[in-house]
Amino acid sequence: MSILIDERTRLAVQGITGRDGSFHATQMMEYGTRVVAGVVPGKGGTTFAGPRDQRVPIFNSMDEAVRESGANTSVVYVPPAFAAQAIMEAADAGVGLVVAITEGVPVLDMARVHAFMRDKGVRLVGPNCPGLISPGKCKVGILPGQIVAPGPVGVISRSGTLTYEAVYHLTNAQLGQTTCVGIGGDPLVGTSFVDCLEAFSNDPETRAIVIIGEIGGTDEQEAARFVKEHIEVPVVGFVAGQTAPPGRRMGHAGAIISGGSGTAAEKIRAFEDAGIAVARRPAEIAQMIGSALRH
Amino acid sequence: MDIHEYQAREIFRRAGIPVPPGEVASTSAEVRQIADGLGGAVVVKAQVHAGGRGKAGGVKLAKSPAEAGSHAAEILGMRIKGLTVERVLVTPAEDIVSEAYLGVLIDRANHAPLFIASRAGGIDIEEVARKTPEKVRRLHVDPRYGLLPHQAYWIADFLYDDPSHIQQGARIVGQLWRAFREAGASMAEINPLIVTPRGEVKAIDAKVSIDDNELFRKPDIAKYRDTSSEPAAERQAREAGLSYVKLDGDVGCCVNGAGLAMATMDLVHHYGAEPANFLDIGGSSNPDKVVTALQIITSDPSVKVILFNIFGGITRCDDVANGIVEATRRIQIDIPIVIRLTGTNEQLALRILEDAGFTAYTSMDEVVKEAVGLTRAA
Repeated sequence: MSILIDERTRLAVQGITGRDGSFHATQMMEYGTRVVAGVVPGKGGTTFAGPRDQRVPIFNSMDEAVRESGANTSVVYVPPAFAAQAIMEAADAGVGLVVAITEGVPVLDMARVHAFMRDKGVRLVGPNCPGLISPGKCKVGILPGQIVAPGPVGVISRSGTLTYEAVYHLTNAQLGQTTCVGIGGDPLVGTSFVDCLEAFSNDPETRAIVIIGEIGGTDEQEAARFVKEHIEVPVVGFVAGQTAPPGRRMGHAGAIISGGSGTAAEKIRAFEDAGIAVARRPAEIAQMIGSALRH
Repeated sequence: MDIHEYQAREIFRRAGIPVPPGEVASTSAEVRQIADGLGGAVVVKAQVHAGGRGKAGGVKLAKSPAEAGSHAAEILGMRIKGLTVERVLVTPAEDIVSEAYLGVLIDRANHAPLFIASRAGGIDIEEVARKTPEKVRRLHVDPRYGLLPHQAYWIADFLYDDPSHIQQGARIVGQLWRAFREAGASMAEINPLIVTPRGEVKAIDAKVSIDDNELFRKPDIAKYRDTSSEPAAERQAREAGLSYVKLDGDVGCCVNGAGLAMATMDLVHHYGAEPANFLDIGGSSNPDKVVTALQIITSDPSVKVILFNIFGGITRCDDVANGIVEATRRIQIDIPIVIRLTGTNEQLALRILEDAGFTAYTSMDEVVKEAVGLTRAA
């Protein structure tokens, strides 16, 4: 099994004609994701040319896309100024999951969006995230399909390439994945580590979990508490940013130690207190998962 | 983005918050003139992007224009937490009956703006909140409705006993919310919010941080950026769309992705050296970006070795390898470069790099050990 996305996912791509949207729509289709609609205001009635002569109908609005194509998930590649409204439009149109790849969305916009999504009962992953992949079934976002393989490990992370690094080691060690979720590097993200842990705990095929955290916020500490109380499979953690200076933003908008809180040390301590095995180096993640699964 | 106190005062004033008069100056003669114009005692305050200005001697009371001038002469050019003071703010010294704290910031865990208020003003609010939580009132603003009038009153009622102070305070809470929203702030704080002997409630300090993601739609606020307080390399990186933070070590790091960049820094530390920087070159294999990154890294004289750590996912390793080879042909680099590439087409990439005379690795641990060793040899 897998979480959040699988072979039943019918995807609408918001911003399918843009540079990133068109490139990744093609990549997702090549991976086997069922891309059933594109949404670009003003371009309704045209089509997007995907790989192997597949044509995807483009609609002016998400509402039309959902009604005409039966999309149940959307992915957002629109620029930051329009991302908040695109996410809310998707939720209003009736999809169950919205994945926002866009980086640079203002935090105050996102505060409103999160309240809106809670009211609608629609799950948001991101923004500023690489998306998700359920190996062999479906990929939504920008994760590279060739580095994953189906298997028993659930992966959740706030980062992009660091996730790929960890997943690549897992795959090379014959440790495939149920689903890999990049929750995003922003201060306010729709889906937290805890949300993903809860989903993995209901997936019998996920037999081990990797959590890749970083400095800033308290999502890792909350994840640690949840693992201690609810997770029975082995969990391996990693926290990036032990050498990051306080008060400086390290690339991701949310990766900042503020007022002395959000340090890597406190997150590692929280993981260890919860019985999570903490990898000191990225390469150790796959080794530790491997030995946990052999026991 | 951090802005100066005098700029934060402008934002406050536009939102209607009572702020005492004051002007900014960059010479001691100007300061004397401003103090003369204000009349009476004044406060001369260093304008730098650093906390703890008072403790560092950057905030001084002057009883006369001449004294203001001599304080300014001391403060201007002073270094506070590594930053040179180039401007001072001159404001009238206020008589203070009481000091309170009022701030609003983004609460990550609750996905909402959070007001924090305390009767204990002029102090470190985080410490007050930790040690005496009963002295702090907290209120989450529901982003769907904004701050409601009764909520502003509820905060002011916690700060004051006198009905007139409560009324003025409630108005200021509402105005601070407006300032926060209109500026696209991630934090706005009045510390202290004072009551004067005449019973007026006023903001005698102003601190605002701006959400970088707001700048594209707030040109008036974007103009507040003070590039003089930003190291040249960080400015060059920002203008090139790269994310760079200078650190104190000697291993220059060039990595794709913020998380992997932090993990690389940590691994350098793990193997016994220190990173010279955080640098995320992003997902592109464009040689122009690599050239800029190399220029930025080598502008730091303490860098002894350059370490590339690239994970090729969507961007293929061979493309990145070609970008690095091309970039190093365009500019002269006199220190060793070690490169690690892994992911899609890594074998092809290794051949490209080896043909160009580079030592290339696929293991992150191996390349970091090599880089650390080279700092000892240098």
